[in-house]
Amino acid sequence: MMSPEQAVLLDVQENGATAAESSAEKTDAPAVAITGLHKSFASQIVLNRIDLTVGSGETLAVLGRSGTGKSVLLKLIIGLQKPDSGSIRIHGQEITLLDLDALNEIRKKMGFLFQHAALYDSLTVEQNIAFPLKRHTKMTESEQRDRVKELLAGVGMERDLEKMPSDLSGGMQKRVGLARALALEPGILLLDEPTAGLDPITSGEIDELILKLQEEHDMASVVVTHDLHSAKTIADRIALLHDGNVLIEGSFEELEQSDDQFVSEFLKRDS
Amino acid sequence: MTLMPSSTLTSVWSPANRFLEWFGDLGFFAWQVLRAAVRRPFEGRELIRQLDEIGSRSFPLVALAGAAIGAVLALESRSSLVQFGAKSMLPAAIVFSIIHETGPVVTGLIVSGRVGAGIGAELGAMKVTEQIDAIEASGVNPYKFLAFTRIVACILMLPLLTLAADFCGVMMGWIANTLVEPISFHKFINQGLAGTSFNDFLAPTFRTAVFGLIIGMIGCFQGMRTQGGTAGVGLSATSSVVLSSLFVILADVILVKLILVFFS
Repeated sequence: MMSPEQAVLLDVQENGATAAESSAEKTDAPAVAITGLHKSFASQIVLNRIDLTVGSGETLAVLGRSGTGKSVLLKLIIGLQKPDSGSIRIHGQEITLLDLDALNEIRKKMGFLFQHAALYDSLTVEQNIAFPLKRHTKMTESEQRDRVKELLAGVGMERDLEKMPSDLSGGMQKRVGLARALALEPGILLLDEPTAGLDPITSGEIDELILKLQEEHDMASVVVTHDLHSAKTIADRIALLHDGNVLIEGSFEELEQSDDQFVSEFLKRDS
Repeated sequence: MTLMPSSTLTSVWSPANRFLEWFGDLGFFAWQVLRAAVRRPFEGRELIRQLDEIGSRSFPLVALAGAAIGAVLALESRSSLVQFGAKSMLPAAIVFSIIHETGPVVTGLIVSGRVGAGIGAELGAMKVTEQIDAIEASGVNPYKFLAFTRIVACILMLPLLTLAADFCGVMMGWIANTLVEPISFHKFINQGLAGTSFNDFLAPTFRTAVFGLIIGMIGCFQGMRTQGGTAGVGLSATSSVVLSSLFVILADVILVKLILVFFS
């Protein structure tokens, strides 16, 4: 009998496992399909064989207590960490066993907003957003500048082109981070705590911005958050992680109707 | 035969184990950098930026140190050589000492202090603020963009900085000597270079390329494996300086022996 890891390996070998191929023939596949994903650090199991699927154009919010592996899940999806076992398919393409070059091709189709924006602090706002454009497109300097302006206008920061990240507030950094994540027009957007550390008004603005960008760009999104209000606003579906497992998955209304004590406590505490 | 107590074994084995583990990780890091180096794009702009950062900005400090050593050598050596009636050997003693040993080692140690700490702290800060993850997430290889460019810049700049230190040292040695007993620069240089060949310059100067490799590699390695917030950044900066200085001194001993074997 074949183990899940062997099955994945065989599949990758049979299919050639290059990022460039097969995307066209697998357009019907979900944007993100996670099966039996397991991740532990030393003896601590963070994700215990979880299954999740995100369809094209759909937004999934992943909720859970601190330290339940929400951010780890995002890093596994974009290949910044390797799972112990399990499968992660991006538009039908298995990524867990890809080499770095092939993985980088997949990464170009994903945008990632980090919890603290992770802007390159030695570069200006313009250079931050142009960073992926310089390396992955054949745009001329003026085309890059136009694209950067367009992206900054989309997040309401067209006047801050020349500013350094240290001159920006937390909310502004998140906006620039969002613009950078969208630079290559990704099919999948991964958002790690997009409203963490922001005041309620700025959080609301970021939520509205995410909704607007999702409509404009028609992306699949995975949003990791503690903010139940934010999750309710921007997500189509919610998955609640607890003890390394997906405790419940569904719409916000389905979560509210759940009899599970932890789910009730989580919703009550956050409301 | 008496057996060592287990606590003694543990106290010996644990640091040794950590040291071997560190070396293994460093080897893996070097392999990743090497693999990244042979793939496109070659990050020319970033390399030029690093050449400026590591080379031009280290120049004043290296030149000042070279000049100070030239002056001190001239002042200290004079009295000893006069005692032995070998005053005419002073230019040769200064030039030979600076070009062969003092210039390269002082340049290596100064750059490991300035650049090693800078690289360790910069990459460490980028690591703890997830900037390195952001580079990787955008499909850019951080081993190439961050590490390879800095390592190559260190390798290319160390010999040039050494030449600058040598030049300033010899010039200041001549000035210090002239203040006590005037001698023309032409005569000073002629006496200083008497009996030396091109190999006497070449090997000592180019061994600093190895120092550059050590400083760049250890600075990037310590920076990119930083853990634990601002305290971790400080630790990375410190360990980059300490380890790169230590390995520069060790490499100097080994390379001097090799140069004596192959170039004498």
